[in-house]
Amino acid sequence: MDMMRRWLDLLAGDPQADRAVPPTGFTARLTVLSAFAMAFLAVFALALSLATGRLADRWSSELAKTSTLRISAPVGQVDAQRDAALAVLQTTPGVASARALTDDEQRALLAPWFGPDLPIETLPVPQLIEIIEDDAGFDVAGLRARLQAEVPGAVLDDHTRWRAPLVEAASRLRLLGIVSMILIAGATAAMITLAANAALAANAQVIRVMRLVGAQDIYIARAFIRRFTLRALTGAAAGTLAGTLAILLLPRTDVAGGFLTGLGFQGWHWLWPLIIPILAAVVAFAATRHAALRTLKEQS
Amino acid sequence: MIELDNVAYSYGGAELFSALNLSLAPGSFHFLTGPSGAGKTTLLKLCYGELTATAGQVRLFGADARAMDRNAVAHIRRRIGVVHQDCQFLDHLSVAENIALPLTVSGRTAQPTDVTDLLGWVGLTRQAAQTPPELSGGERQRAALARAVIMSPDVILADEPTGNVDAEMSQRLMALLLELNKMGKTILIATHDLSLIRTAKAQVSARVLRLKDRKLQLAGADL
Repeated sequence: MDMMRRWLDLLAGDPQADRAVPPTGFTARLTVLSAFAMAFLAVFALALSLATGRLADRWSSELAKTSTLRISAPVGQVDAQRDAALAVLQTTPGVASARALTDDEQRALLAPWFGPDLPIETLPVPQLIEIIEDDAGFDVAGLRARLQAEVPGAVLDDHTRWRAPLVEAASRLRLLGIVSMILIAGATAAMITLAANAALAANAQVIRVMRLVGAQDIYIARAFIRRFTLRALTGAAAGTLAGTLAILLLPRTDVAGGFLTGLGFQGWHWLWPLIIPILAAVVAFAATRHAALRTLKEQS
Repeated sequence: MIELDNVAYSYGGAELFSALNLSLAPGSFHFLTGPSGAGKTTLLKLCYGELTATAGQVRLFGADARAMDRNAVAHIRRRIGVVHQDCQFLDHLSVAENIALPLTVSGRTAQPTDVTDLLGWVGLTRQAAQTPPELSGGERQRAALARAVIMSPDVILADEPTGNVDAEMSQRLMALLLELNKMGKTILIATHDLSLIRTAKAQVSARVLRLKDRKLQLAGADL
């Protein structure tokens, strides 16, 4: 509560103290512009982090409960082997359901590579069977052994081979997003520190006079802290708005497909960008306070 | 109030003065004279905590200046009014705002009458809204004096307050300082204007100290 009151006091400011330190146009523009750019980038880093998090969860949960059976057999034997495989699966404990993909479904799977209207019935395309496990799951080794005996052309893929690397890749992307946000915060702090140092150097005479008449260092520092915090807040708010609009304007998933079009926010996650201007203000507050008090101490 | 015991100050390896003793009693009036470069301004800076002695002890209102942190020095400055030769104003503020600055930085609300009364006392009522660069030398010195006294300090230190003004304005400034001394303020003026000292000595019991050859001496009848 006390901290909140101090923040509000800081933002409300002391008009007379603000008047004592003249604004410097160069540092004002630099701070607002850097906060804008960093907030814009932070929106994308945040969207990347959230999107990859969703992707990892989806791949992990959806693929973990499904397997695919591929039947490669001469054209005349495909139907018989399919029926035999379905019969085996129906009597396998742990299999919730199993169904053969229709030609249309298989055609849709191949469409990204061969285009639409592929004459699938004339091609030696394997028959695919989708298997959905129940909560207990099935014995993969046991099922493979039965299939080898009863359906010679069947190959069982339980997705473990490629599910783990995909989930790991998604997790790494999520980490990359978080690291990017940390780097953005660090770069913002560095730029605001440089701008604050420039402003302090430009106001050396003002500081000298204020000290002469009895101003404490924290009083002088507050005039700079408030100014830079508000500039960072303003710039970051504009940058966040621009970044969020840019995310909104990205192509929809169902239109373009693919992973990248999944970049964005869903549901209440659209509220997450609101935290960016607040974080920018906190970073600016801490960076300016540190720079101002250190510079004032050095000037003692 | 302000005491210097066996104080020395060196700058860039050269000793400016040494074994210097000074005591400013409440209500006393002192002049500090000496040739240019003798260290008058440095001595004044030691008296308001701007500089730290390289040897000896400076006590400001009983406290050892060497042991003071910046906050303590800031508080001491509110009890010592300083008038610089170059005045040191914030040029983007008005004269009235500059005069009220000590109140502002100490967190006290400047009452309009505080500033108005002082502006009237130093004869700058009409210049209240102007900025310092718009003032003449004498007006700037009077504004600096008004700023120095707005906190009602116990001590007023003035460094060549008449250095940039004509004889008439010098007499006017001296009259203001004498008036402050009559109100019980302790005054220390660094100046090389001997005529000013003679005029003042005719009206007040003032000690005249001379800083020469790195020592502080009591000036005699040669003034």
